[in-house]
Amino acid sequence: MEAPAAGPGGAERYFTRWYKPDVKGRPCEDFCVLQHSNRICVITLAEAHPLLQSGKTIKSINYQISANCSRLQNKVSGKSKRGAQFLTELAPLCRISSSDGEEYTIYSCIRGRLIEVNENILSNPTLLQEKPSTEGYIAVVLPKFEESKSVTQGLLTQKEYEEVLLKRRNSSS
Amino acid sequence: MRNLGLSLEKDDIVQLKEAYKWIIHPQLAEELGVPADGKSLFEVSVVFAHPETDEECRFLATTCPDCFKPAKNKQSVFTRMAVIKALEKIKEEDFLKHFPCPPSSPKNLCDALEIQCNNGAVFVAGRYNKYSRNLPQTPWIIDGERKLESSVEELISEHLMAEFKADSFNFSSSGREDVDVRTLGNGRPFAIELVNPRRIHFTAEEMKRLQQAINNSSDKIQVRDLQLVTREAIGRMKEGEEEKTKTYSALIWTDKAIQREDIALLDDIKELKLDQKTPLRVLHRRPLAVRCRIIHTMSSEYIDEHHFRLHLKTQAGTYIKEFVHGDFGRTKPNIGSLLNRTADILELDVESVDVDWPPTLDN
Repeated sequence: MEAPAAGPGGAERYFTRWYKPDVKGRPCEDFCVLQHSNRICVITLAEAHPLLQSGKTIKSINYQISANCSRLQNKVSGKSKRGAQFLTELAPLCRISSSDGEEYTIYSCIRGRLIEVNENILSNPTLLQEKPSTEGYIAVVLPKFEESKSVTQGLLTQKEYEEVLLKRRNSSS
Repeated sequence: MRNLGLSLEKDDIVQLKEAYKWIIHPQLAEELGVPADGKSLFEVSVVFAHPETDEECRFLATTCPDCFKPAKNKQSVFTRMAVIKALEKIKEEDFLKHFPCPPSSPKNLCDALEIQCNNGAVFVAGRYNKYSRNLPQTPWIIDGERKLESSVEELISEHLMAEFKADSFNFSSSGREDVDVRTLGNGRPFAIELVNPRRIHFTAEEMKRLQQAINNSSDKIQVRDLQLVTREAIGRMKEGEEEKTKTYSALIWTDKAIQREDIALLDDIKELKLDQKTPLRVLHRRPLAVRCRIIHTMSSEYIDEHHFRLHLKTQAGTYIKEFVHGDFGRTKPNIGSLLNRTADILELDVESVDVDWPPTLDN
């Protein structure tokens, strides 16, 4: 008997991974969007993100992204998720500061309705670093039905992202 | 009427359709040579048109305009609800200005537009087993394309539709399982409403043969306890969906190696409370909510360092797959958190659906 296809975490079997590297021109601030076959997307940090490198300690995670907007106040109701905060690709989801004084903004990367942000990482920030692709996810977003195919147009496939990583390694060496 | 010293209650006024039935029933009975029964399963509907009557309520639009707002779904603004509302609002003097009481006699006859004959629905219940891991409960069609061949409901209903000579069916069951989940044990209770059946009398023998025919036609499903039931009986089945326990058997994989001692703790956990957020795999079509569910008992069977089988007895409505893999930590606790590992579910079987309906037959 073999291990499940996508590796650990059975939920991942049904997800396609899409990537957005160097968001807003910031080097290595890469995100990974897990797109389920039912069009629900989970926003996560990609392995290369500075916050996931050894030595980084997370000091705080803040879902209050502006004076008027806290992602924690997002309330959705019904099947169509009415009342959800609508996100564009560069809408900030949260701000994370590390103990070395750095500040990182996590972006949505896709257009859609914000369904939920992960409150578990507020009480347990190490979850974000230990399991960024599963329990340490950032948010769940539901793209519009009409946009469900086009929503990943601005993102890279796993293969394309691996080429980006290769280029980075070659240029730094 | 008050002026005449007569007092009328609502029930004193004969509804037009009652008067019609009083006249027509004896005439039909004589013509067809059968008794007319207002509660029969064979229903004849006659649709009449009378434009004069349709116009009658128009004056209400001028006296109570705010009761009649056009809505996109309605053909006419003069819905039953809107007219009732206006009649409650309008003052008696205003009403009498526009409409005489008693009403004047109609000038024209009405027209019979159509006659429809319908047989009342009959209900067939039973329990089904599902042995395929590739069979949806209802047909799986996206954009007009069928994604998987057949379905539980089609395999069962096909034969029933043919024997009962019905126009269509409505399939319901006490809960349901995913495409890749088998249903073992006594099976899951189901009920099928056969709409407008042309044949409704079947002996117990004939039902048994019908059951056999269904079972011979497919190895993906099997049915038992097939019987005719009443509409009221269906309630027992739906009660089962929400209240009764289910037992399952899951084949679980873990990332880090396990020894027998590592999973023994699961056997001792009783009445485990779970908080399950709406699973991501159904979140596109269900509201976001947290449901509290209970795992009553668990029993583990060690297989090897990365696999074990878990038997569980749970409250109705528990998402088993999510309890095993945790659904990104959105089901808490989960097998992963209990064993301090990453776990995944490889196979799931329903071992029993603990509802005692329909009555067990001597199959």
